[in-house]
Amino acid sequence: MLVSTKWLAEYVNTQGLDPKDLGEKITRAGIEVDAVIDRSHGMTNVVVGYVKEKVKHPEADKLNICQVDVGDETTQIICGAPNVEAGQKVIVARPGAVLPGGMKIKKAKLRGEESNGMICSLQELGIEGRLVSKAYADGIYVLPETAVPGESVLPLLGLDDVVLELGLTPNRSDALSMLGVAYEVGAILSEDMKYPEATYTESNEKASDYLSLKIDAIEENPMYIAKVVKNIQVKESPLWLQHRLMAAGVRPHNNVVDITNYVLMEYGQPLHAFDYDRLETKEIVVRLANEGEKIVTLDDQERTLKSNHLVITNGNGPVAIAGVMGGANSEVHDGTTTVVIESAYFAGGSVRQTSKDHNLRSDASARFEKGVDPNRVILAAERAASLLAELAGGEVLAGSVIVDELDKTPAEVVVSPDFINNRLGMKISLEDMTSILTRLKFDYQAANGLLYIKAPTRRQDIKIEEDIIEEIARMYGYDEIPMTLPVEESKPGGLTSYQAKRRQVRAFLEGAGLYQAITYSLTSKEMSQKFALETAPVTELLMPMSEDRSILRQSLIPHLLEAVTYNTARQADTVALYEVGSVFLGETESGLPHEQEHLAAVISGKWLDHSWQGEKKAVDFFVLKGIVEGLMELLGLSKEITFERTVVDGLHPGRTASIQLAGEEIGLIAQLHPSEQKDRDLKETYVMELNLAQVLNKEVEALYYAPVSKFPSISRDIALVVDSEKATGELQAIIQLSGGRLLKNVHLFDLYEGEKMEQGKKSVAFSLTYFDPERTLTDEEVVNAHNKVLKALAEQAGAELRG
Amino acid sequence: MEAQLQQLKEEALQKITASVNVKELNDVRVAYLGKKGPITDLLKGMGNLPAEERPKMGALVNVVREEVTTVLEARMTLLQEQAINEQLEKESIDVTLPGRPVKTGNHHPLTRVVEEIEDLFIGMGYEIAEGPEVEKDYYNFEALNLPKGHPARDMQDSFYISEDILLRTHTSPVQARTMEAKEGQPIKIICPGKVYRRDNDDATHSHQFTQIEGLVIGENIRMSDLKGTLSVFAKKMFGDEREIRLRPSFFPFTEPSVEMDISCFKCGGDGCNVCKKTGWIEILGAGMVHPNVLEMAGYDSKKLSGFAFGMGPERIAMLKYGVEDIRHFYTNDVRFLSQFHRTEV
Repeated sequence: MLVSTKWLAEYVNTQGLDPKDLGEKITRAGIEVDAVIDRSHGMTNVVVGYVKEKVKHPEADKLNICQVDVGDETTQIICGAPNVEAGQKVIVARPGAVLPGGMKIKKAKLRGEESNGMICSLQELGIEGRLVSKAYADGIYVLPETAVPGESVLPLLGLDDVVLELGLTPNRSDALSMLGVAYEVGAILSEDMKYPEATYTESNEKASDYLSLKIDAIEENPMYIAKVVKNIQVKESPLWLQHRLMAAGVRPHNNVVDITNYVLMEYGQPLHAFDYDRLETKEIVVRLANEGEKIVTLDDQERTLKSNHLVITNGNGPVAIAGVMGGANSEVHDGTTTVVIESAYFAGGSVRQTSKDHNLRSDASARFEKGVDPNRVILAAERAASLLAELAGGEVLAGSVIVDELDKTPAEVVVSPDFINNRLGMKISLEDMTSILTRLKFDYQAANGLLYIKAPTRRQDIKIEEDIIEEIARMYGYDEIPMTLPVEESKPGGLTSYQAKRRQVRAFLEGAGLYQAITYSLTSKEMSQKFALETAPVTELLMPMSEDRSILRQSLIPHLLEAVTYNTARQADTVALYEVGSVFLGETESGLPHEQEHLAAVISGKWLDHSWQGEKKAVDFFVLKGIVEGLMELLGLSKEITFERTVVDGLHPGRTASIQLAGEEIGLIAQLHPSEQKDRDLKETYVMELNLAQVLNKEVEALYYAPVSKFPSISRDIALVVDSEKATGELQAIIQLSGGRLLKNVHLFDLYEGEKMEQGKKSVAFSLTYFDPERTLTDEEVVNAHNKVLKALAEQAGAELRG
Repeated sequence: MEAQLQQLKEEALQKITASVNVKELNDVRVAYLGKKGPITDLLKGMGNLPAEERPKMGALVNVVREEVTTVLEARMTLLQEQAINEQLEKESIDVTLPGRPVKTGNHHPLTRVVEEIEDLFIGMGYEIAEGPEVEKDYYNFEALNLPKGHPARDMQDSFYISEDILLRTHTSPVQARTMEAKEGQPIKIICPGKVYRRDNDDATHSHQFTQIEGLVIGENIRMSDLKGTLSVFAKKMFGDEREIRLRPSFFPFTEPSVEMDISCFKCGGDGCNVCKKTGWIEILGAGMVHPNVLEMAGYDSKKLSGFAFGMGPERIAMLKYGVEDIRHFYTNDVRFLSQFHRTEV
């Protein structure tokens, strides 16, 4: 809502406050002033000029040489506008003027001819093009003949004004009108209101003789009033009205349309003017549209209606979509002589649905949607009639046609001053409270220790006690509220075990060299299930904004890979990222998808680079695996984690492992498939994803210390020759199982495969540690245990001791 | 024999002086003072001397041996010192060479902000509540006093999955769920999480972003408690000198509703580009829980009351760290992420 402070001052005494200060007061009281716009933009030296003479520029077809009376002199100005003519009063920016765009006006020569200033369009004075009436949209602006050469144009054009731009919250639709804002300002400044006048002489003829009215959808349209004004002359509105509309962000058209818009801005009540003769019938019937019924609206669009759209008809077909837009067939035009002014109360929900269906949002629909003041429907119609009489020479027919079943009962709220003070934590006196209610123009009675309040119908947001608390508090001033802390039983706060562990997971991964990434949950169809740990139906948006963001992800890896590509393309040597986020799988009983928190990581590029000491290493599978193992150790799950070769689409078939927790798959770790790497312009890249929720929710034994023994342990190394395909993990498992209770640790320390080995064989070396916490082991005991291991290895894995 | 001894001494002292390193000197020690050395030999040979000469001779030999030993040890100390110095000289390194880097990552800046806020409120007795990102319309809107067709639903155009299910547009449904679960008991929670709105991504909009909200419900929770709590938050988060001011605002789930500004942490309130010359920066929205919201969750709004507040970690991070484009948070450019490495407590 744009509020001209000059216009506002017609309804309420703004006490000569600087608009900025006024804006600040309004903001602090509850309606945010988003901007304070000085319409003059600090312009000077922009005056009325009288074009005495116009001749073509000898050297340029499109330029005219004008002799312009600018008050103190007649001076030559070159003008390129197509519509400049001798005899016009125009806007002249004289040398020294600075226009809103920053243009400085100087004396100049154009193709050899002197030019002492510029004849201006409204746009050049900082008025948005969309607000300039069509007649002057493409040229200079022509002032009325009464304008006096040499005088500043600013007051004439209403540019000596400051506009407050209000950012209205949905509850304060009462401030979608100048009067509404005036009430608010009056309450803030403790000033009284001046109301607009609606006085005219009624004609002998009666409106009801011209028009009949029938409402067939009383729920959607509980109130409708039509006034008929004849003998009007459609023409340009007076300047003051045009400029008030422009200040309010409305483009002037002609006096009839402008008057309806003016009253809309003044009262917040949308009006519509029909050309009476073009209605063809003498009736207005409001009803719900027939499914598929068509209407061409004012914007020349043919629109197909649905059966829940409310239309105004002439008894035959629609002439307007109620509250949204008029029809082209009944539009007021230059030759219109009789108009029907419609002022109605259309139900918010109905207008909202209709305007949404047609993607048509207008000043009118915005107000209906939020609910107009039931008590202004008639006032606005009368005000429009009076302005039509005054500004369009109209003759207002007596009376009006009206259907009114609208409930105009004000909301009643009963509240105790104690309740107000308790909720605020304040001690506002009853006098202060009632004084605020008076300023707000709320009817109230104080009795029995209670306040009985009737909220005015313009304030439809006031319904319950808490609404009154807010009114009192905001007018009293939020700065006056003291600062306290809740008085309550003191209870410790904190993280749940899950949340605390998740933080430690993050810290571990960051300590291991990974940066935390956050990527989007919405992805494309192709990406949604890629690399997913389990197959489940996807969760799809009804109306996505783009294909790329249309489905919820089932794996975190695809977007992390996008981040790797992004960074690699920007010369990052190493990209190491992890993400903790939800994936969305299938559907649960409640209809919501199953949301599972996952952890994923990607590494690509260099892992180690300490070149001056000769250390440099690219990432590999085991770097990432080491991180996973370290994480499992942190979480106390090392013993239950196993890795098993597997194959997953898009991953390197020889370098993919399923991660299993106590035999159940909880994740995967792999190199990205070389062809995928190529597609993404990546070097070797490794990925892993874990079902974090499952990992963190896994119960672990309480940490219990094992005494540090004073007895020594004994180590034995073994080098084995096995088939190349034999997994070392399998060997290790055999060793662990067969080693008995004395075997405390198995450590792989060498792996060799190559020239010195028989084809298809490899050498694997383990170091085994035997240990008894109670005593020193004898050689014999160790030999016995060790032999069992060797036997098991030979039998179960065909492993030979390497000679 | 005396002359022989004297000569030995001269020889030994000469060799000691001539020794240039510890090894040579040790050789000298062994050669002259060792068990097989000439001095020992002399002592052994004393058996041949007449008894009366033995003490005198013995004393003489000892004097010579001590003299040689003293000189040798002095020389030894010197040479050892020299040896160490040489070694140290050899071992010296260019200490300006870079160290072996300890490569660590760090929190995403949004997590950094969220955890800072979480910890601050945990210190005041709050718990952290979380909930699903895909929500029922009921929890996202209806339970929060936003019935179907409510004009305020306009403010947050949403991603619907079906008529009743959508991506949550704020973390408030977690509050609604918590209230329902607590069945009338007092509540003190912070709810962080991802939220989604139908916005085109640009410098100031993101279809996915983060929110963190707080909710306190109890007996006689007052608006002054909200103001006090927010003031503690503002000071801890943005500095002890921060002042707060509340402005009336509107949210369907609170009444009264407020917006909180803090005095600008850059200029201290004088006006600068961060606060757009106003001296104040808008940080969060808050209010007293709307009685409809309380009642819908089974709380008696006449007996219990509460306050709620909500803010955007993106906005806070943008203000705090001067980040100019919200998309940076979701691009995961390492050059961006790695700037949030250092601690700041």
